[in-house]
This record gives sequence, structure tokens and C-alpha cells, in this order.
Amino acid sequence: MWHFPALLRRELKLACRQASDSAAAVLFFLLAALLFPFGVGPETAVLARIAAGVIWVMALLAAMLSLERLFQTDYEDGSLELLAVAPVPLEGVVLAKGLAHWLTTGLPLLVASPVLALLLHLPVSAIGAMMLAMALGTPVLSFLGAIGAALVLGARRGGVLLALLLLPLLVPVLIFGVAAVDAAIQGQDPLPRLAVLGGFLILALGFAPWVSAAALRQALE
Amino acid sequence: MSAFTGQDLACLRGERLVFKGLDFALEAGGALVLTGPNGSGKTSLLRLMAGLGTPHAGAIRWHGAAIADDPDAHHARLCFVGHANATKASLSVTENLTFWAALHGTEEKVPAALKAFGLDRLADLPARFLSAGQRRRLNLARLLATDAPLWLLDEPEAALDAQAMEALRASLAQHRARGGMVVLATHGADAPPEGEILELVVTWEERR
Amino acid sequence: MSRLANPNRFQKFSRRVLPWAAGLAGLGLLAGLGLGLFFSPGDYQQGESVRIMYVHVPAAWMALGVYTLIALASGLFLVWKYPLADIVARAAAPLGAGFTLLTLVTGSLWGKPTWGTWWVWDARLTSVLILFFLYLGYIALQNAFDDGARGAKSAAVLALIGFVNVPIIKWSVEWWHTLHQPASVIRLDGPSIHISMLAPLLLMAAGFAAFFVVLLLIRVRSALLARKIRALRLVQAAADPHIGGR
Repeated sequence: MWHFPALLRRELKLACRQASDSAAAVLFFLLAALLFPFGVGPETAVLARIAAGVIWVMALLAAMLSLERLFQTDYEDGSLELLAVAPVPLEGVVLAKGLAHWLTTGLPLLVASPVLALLLHLPVSAIGAMMLAMALGTPVLSFLGAIGAALVLGARRGGVLLALLLLPLLVPVLIFGVAAVDAAIQGQDPLPRLAVLGGFLILALGFAPWVSAAALRQALE
Repeated sequence: MSAFTGQDLACLRGERLVFKGLDFALEAGGALVLTGPNGSGKTSLLRLMAGLGTPHAGAIRWHGAAIADDPDAHHARLCFVGHANATKASLSVTENLTFWAALHGTEEKVPAALKAFGLDRLADLPARFLSAGQRRRLNLARLLATDAPLWLLDEPEAALDAQAMEALRASLAQHRARGGMVVLATHGADAPPEGEILELVVTWEERR
Repeated sequence: MSRLANPNRFQKFSRRVLPWAAGLAGLGLLAGLGLGLFFSPGDYQQGESVRIMYVHVPAAWMALGVYTLIALASGLFLVWKYPLADIVARAAAPLGAGFTLLTLVTGSLWGKPTWGTWWVWDARLTSVLILFFLYLGYIALQNAFDDGARGAKSAAVLALIGFVNVPIIKWSVEWWHTLHQPASVIRLDGPSIHISMLAPLLLMAAGFAAFFVVLLLIRVRSALLARKIRALRLVQAAADPHIGGR
């Protein structure tokens, strides 16, 4: 029995009662992106040109910040060990944690992104495509991130290491995520690029639970 | 044929062979007490019995079938109590216990389990207010809340006062009387509980 | 090959093979460089600077080849538990990273006379840059754990994931490049290869490969010796009369 609802409910309960963690990720997202006008100047044309890229890169980094703790707290207090010997597949645990991570980090980023889009002068016509692209891309971050988090469990400097491992693997998501927005800006159809993102999401959902569970078992041996 | 057996087990920790050629056999209603100094592999053996990692050599069997063949079934029949207490500070005592019971489908046993270990009056308290001894009792309460046939305990007597020790002893006796099995690792400081004693020694062989 | 998995047999085998590999490496590199620098034609567009190709292209082949080797060794280690596979992967990683860095630097040097800039976001160079970071991440992960065995296993999983991702990354970067530079004319590997250019290229590739084998064998041998020393130290610690107390 997968007991998926019980797993998910527990993750969400824990996240909600420590809500400041998710809030921090969103605040970092907003604040770091807002540094760019100070860096490149407030001209509308310049900001509009880089807006899509800035939003996506900041979303990647913000998601990265919260990924280290995906398994860390459970690993440290012994809960992960008990989950590994409980009659529930570790793959189910990964799926529940990944989904909970997206609901508490990716989704808030998605909701905050139109605000940033307006502040950075992203053409309004492209905001819809941007949100769709982020809706497809942020879960990929959560699930690929779960693999990374499982691999660095128990390592020294896990947070920085996680970013070093994940960012090269996330470049395709970044490329197609920004491309979808650019297509909308130029009046083209963003659908093909969104479809590629969808393909990445299906791959991530298919592989991440299985690979992460294997990595978690290694960590617990 | 014994229900829970291990043959010719060897365990590797890093590059060190912790033990090898180890055998054990446990019947229904029986208890196996693991004694030995630090580093002798008591925790490693318990973890192998729980299915955490595979032995470097040998096999562990339940009623003749290797536990590695069906890990999910094996997990359903055991309850593991390790050193760490796995209490979530922001969940209440009841919420903590109910989660683990739900995974075994035995939520109805939670109130009785809390009562047996003297936690019923703290049932709705967030776990962050519990002392170390109370957290230990909450961890032990899982044994009664999940009602699994095989109990694996790693030095359960740590951080327990006399009353809690009594509750634990009573639970162990009741469990064995109903045909359950117990494997218990102990420091050996107090009188060890009843049961067949398996003594482990520290070895320092390198991996070949 | 499974007979090589025994450390003692490996030491004997590698001691026999090393001088031959070193000889091959020396011959290949000298012949390749000689032909490439002095006896092959320049390019009608790029002139003499195209000769950097004789270092850049074989280095790129090695960069990707070594990553494939690491992925293979990682698979053997994780699935079939080959004992030496993790040591081979660990030894090969810095060598592969070195070849990748060489590719990037020679690519940059090639770009300067060709495009006038020290770096260009050409599809291949960008993919190689990402590959470089994949190598660095792999090396960092191996060394991030106090327990070496855990580091080896974790890194092995990462190597396999990275390997599966390399085609995806390459495809994405190429697609991205065509999106932003539709009129890319000059490709960084010169004109279609004529035999007078192919010969030195292949010689250099053989020389690089033999050189890699030499370094790999040396590194694996010293890793095996280091492991023996660690085991001896463990035994020494066990001789402590206070073991087994409290």
C-alpha cells in the first residue's frame, strides 16, 4: 500500500507549521531579482530584454535553497530510517516529498512571478506563457532536486554541493523555459517549447522517485 | 524450522569487516539479546535484520524465504526502534504516533499504546515540549501502536527511568506471550532481559 | 576482465602494460604534432591558426570519452559490484576534467584569431563548458563524504544521471545556439577533413588516448597502495589495548 495521502499530509503539515521556510525562498526570489535594476540600470528596454532570463534563473536558485532540507531533517532525527523500514515504498516517500516541495516552494514562486514580470517590464502579453512555462518547469526542479538532495545527504557543505551538481543538469529547463517566454514576446506560438518542458516533466516524474529512492537507501546503509 | 534466521552473515562498514560467519535463529515467542562492546556490530546487525542494506555475505530468512526477496512484506512485519527518536517537534504526540500506526493500518491501537507508556495525558501536546525520556517513550510506544510480530530494539533502556523500564519489560513479556519475536541490543550494564544471548566481539579485518 | 578486479593481479598487469602505453603515447603525440604542425596544409579561411585543431579536437574526444568510461565504470560498480570499478572512475575523473579544460582553453585560443574574442558561446564550446562543471561536481561529490564508500556510491549514481543527461544538454544547447545565432558560418572544427589533416588528427587522438591510459594506470596503482596503507593503519589502531572497553 502506498499510503500516499498520509505521507503527503504529513509533509504539508510539517511545512505549514514551519511556514517561514517557504516564505524565505519566495522572498529571496523577489529580492535577488530586484537587484538587477540596480545592476543594469532602470531603462525599460534593457530590463524587458533580460526579464525572462532573470526570473527563471532566480527561480532556479530559490528552489535550490530549499532543496537541501528535503531529506536532511528526516535524516538527522531518524525519521528517514523509520520510513525506509516502514511498509511504504521509498519511491512513494520521494514522490510525496517532491510534490510537497513544489506545493510549498515552486507554486509560491509561480504565484509571485507575475509581480516580478511587471517590475522588470516583461511584456504583459508574455506573462501567460511565462506562468505556463514555470508551472511545467518548477516541478522538474523539485523532482530533479530530490535526486540531488538524496545524493548529497550526509555530505559536508551539502547546500553548495547540491547547487554545483544540479545547475548543469537544469540548463535544458532554463533554455526552454526562457525560450517559451521569448516566443510569446515575439508573437510566435510558445506551445512547441512548452511541450518540450512537458517532456522534461514526464521524464523527471518517471525517473526521480526511483533514482532518489536508490540514493536514499545508499545513505541509510 | 525457526521463523527468523540468519546464516553466515558478514557486515562491511566502510572498509572494515565488522563481523563475519555469524548465525542466529529465533522462534516465535523467543528473544535474542545482542551484547558486546561498542563497535562490535550490534547496531549493524539490527539494521541488517530490518532490511536496511544488504549483508556483505550470508542471508537473513523469514520462514525460509530471504527477506531481500520481498522487502515490503518484511517491513510490514517488523517495528524498529533505533537510537534516534524521530519525534517531529511541530506535531502533537498523538499525531506523531498516528502517522506510524497508519502506515501499518493500526490507528486504533494508538490510545492504548500512549497509555501503556504513560503518555496519554500528554496526547495533544506538541512534541517540542517533551523531555528526552518522554520522547524515548513515544518512540517505544510505536511498538504497541504498530503491533508487528518482530520487534528490533537498539539499546532501548537508554534515557528511561525505572517506571518506563517496567512498562517496556511488561510490553516485551506480553508480546512474547502472544508469539511475537524480539531482538534487543544492549550495553549489558544492567541485568540483561531474558532470552538467548548472542555476544558480538570487535574485529578489525580489512575487506578483501 | 573480471580477473583484473583482483588488486594484486591488476598491479602485475599494469606494471607490464605501462611501458608499452607510454611508448605509444610518446610516438603518437610526437608523430601527430610533427605532421600537424609542419607537414599539413593551413586553412584557406583561417590560415595557420587552424592547427590548434590538432590539440583541440582530440582533447574534446577525450573529454567525452573519459566521461563515458566513468559512466561505464559507475554502472559496473553499482550493478555488478566490480571491486576496482570505483577506483578507476575516481582516478579517471581529474584526467577527464583536465582534457575538458584543455578543450576549453584551446577553443578559446582558436576563437581569438578567428572571431577576435577570447570566448564565444558556440554550441560545442558551451556544451563542453557544462561538461566541465559536470566533472567538477562529480569530483566534489566523491570527496564530500567522510565515509569514502558512500562518496563512491553517491558519485556513481551522479555519473550515470549525468551521462543520460549529456545528450539532452547537448541537444538543448545546440537548439539554443541556433535560436540566437542563425547565421553561424564558421564551425570550430575547420573544413571537411582531408586526409592530410585526418592523419595527424588521428595520430594525436591515439597519442592522447595512450597518454590517458598511462596516467590512469599510475593513478589506480597508487590508489590501491593507499588503500593498503589505510588497512594497515586500521590494524594498527586495533592493536590499542583499550579497545572494547566502556
